[in-house]
Amino acid sequence: MVCELCKQSQATVHLTEIVNEQMSELHLCEACANQKGAQVESHFGLADLLSGLSDFGKTPEVEEVSSKACPNCGMTYEQFRKVGRLGCSECYPAFKRSLGTLLKRIHGSPVHVGKSPARAAGTKAAKGAPSLPELKRKLEKAIKDEAFEEAAALRDVIRRAEHEEHQKPKK
Amino acid sequence: MADELDALLKHPGEWLRGVGPVADIVMSSRIRLARNLEKIPFATRATDESQAKVLTLVKEALGRVPSLERALFLELGGLTEVDRQFLVERHLVSREHVVNPEHKAVVIGEGEAISIMVNEEDHLRIQVLQSGLSLPEAWAMMDTLDDELSQALPYAFSPEWGYLTCCPTNVGTGMRGSVMLHLPALVITKQINKVLHAITKLGLTARGFYGEGTEATGNFFQISNQVALGRSEDELVENLQRIMKQVIENEQSARQTLLSSGRVQLEDRLWRAYGLLKHARTMSSVETLDLLSAVRLGVDLGLMANGAAPAGGNGLDRTAVNELFLYSQPAHLQKLEGKALSVQERDAKRAELIRKRLGAKQ
Repeated sequence: MVCELCKQSQATVHLTEIVNEQMSELHLCEACANQKGAQVESHFGLADLLSGLSDFGKTPEVEEVSSKACPNCGMTYEQFRKVGRLGCSECYPAFKRSLGTLLKRIHGSPVHVGKSPARAAGTKAAKGAPSLPELKRKLEKAIKDEAFEEAAALRDVIRRAEHEEHQKPKK
Repeated sequence: MADELDALLKHPGEWLRGVGPVADIVMSSRIRLARNLEKIPFATRATDESQAKVLTLVKEALGRVPSLERALFLELGGLTEVDRQFLVERHLVSREHVVNPEHKAVVIGEGEAISIMVNEEDHLRIQVLQSGLSLPEAWAMMDTLDDELSQALPYAFSPEWGYLTCCPTNVGTGMRGSVMLHLPALVITKQINKVLHAITKLGLTARGFYGEGTEATGNFFQISNQVALGRSEDELVENLQRIMKQVIENEQSARQTLLSSGRVQLEDRLWRAYGLLKHARTMSSVETLDLLSAVRLGVDLGLMANGAAPAGGNGLDRTAVNELFLYSQPAHLQKLEGKALSVQERDAKRAELIRKRLGAKQ
């Protein structure tokens, strides 16, 4: 297939756009796609998908945060909404409330259960996923804070962990 | 700088050796982690200064990371266009990483099993690449490396959300696992779309040979899974490995069907591909991938192993075919020749290289 723009090179990038329920396909070579890249990205990028997922502007606490800037890098929530990428590690605590909702929608769960850097420091308790008591503490706190979505997710994680513990032969 | 790359040119990376579990179908297994440094701006807000700082911090930290004892640290800005493309062809960096090479670097571990892109979308994109279906082994190596790095560098981490990344879709484990599969029999028997469709439903994505945005060529499919929040790394590895086994079983049974119901047609198709590779005078890279895919299938099915190559010549084995996939690519050809080549010159050189390696007399 030949590139639809330059009509010379082999088309290797295939874009599908849906505008007003009309689907159109675009087949481009890499050079043309890179040139067009900026346009395509701004036309329909990750940022649009993300803002579609977040409750931006609908709830009072989110409105409150939209103009607030990250104290470390100066990015505002409004800017994040446009580019779909955070500015630095400190943006996470700065936009905690709105991000929490967004992350829950993207991942289906708002709580990290994987490894952590502390584990590498040799603390045995932190080896692997967070320990059961740790998870239970998190759950109690979530219930106390009335963060029920988080609590439900934690409950699932705890169930899975307990199930696995049960299955594993004792070492 | 170029000397170090020339040293890489002499051997393919370890992951291309064509060994390991089900290496007849699985080319390689890969684990990638996204990691960032605390408080330093991500790519979106980065300045020349902040990127230079990341480079310095990473370079200094390498000495304290046992897994990277003999690693190369290459700044992409100091490389030629061909050298940068060479790194892409070896799967050591992404295509995005070489677009604006200023302030970007790559760390390459011994045998090319480990590579770290510095200042890509995240400060660190760590990759472990292994031959065959070996996700648990790749993860074990990655886990150790990541632990070592986390002691040498101040990772951005939150107990609640995990590893903090530039894009919110990566936050959590920052992990992606992927497997490069060679699925010619599913393509020939027209079952591939069904399989890919099923994979998508399980939350996995299928891509071409060079990852994101590339088309499947040579019947190679890179299937990956991203797990960020709410699942542990071990779960991801087990899950992906389990689904891959099912895809592999599908390919195996399609291969048996081809052998039992149309062996002559299959052999004809494979030997024709071999004939073209062994005698053609020009060869484009896309045609090469397609023909090599057929020859690889022939080798893997034991239909071509003996008699095809002259005694003592470059035999037709999986490693030799894998090497051809790598060395027939544009930047590799140009580095082997030691100069820039036009497309036409490349097509001629590519055909010559393949003829030589397949043991043609002229």
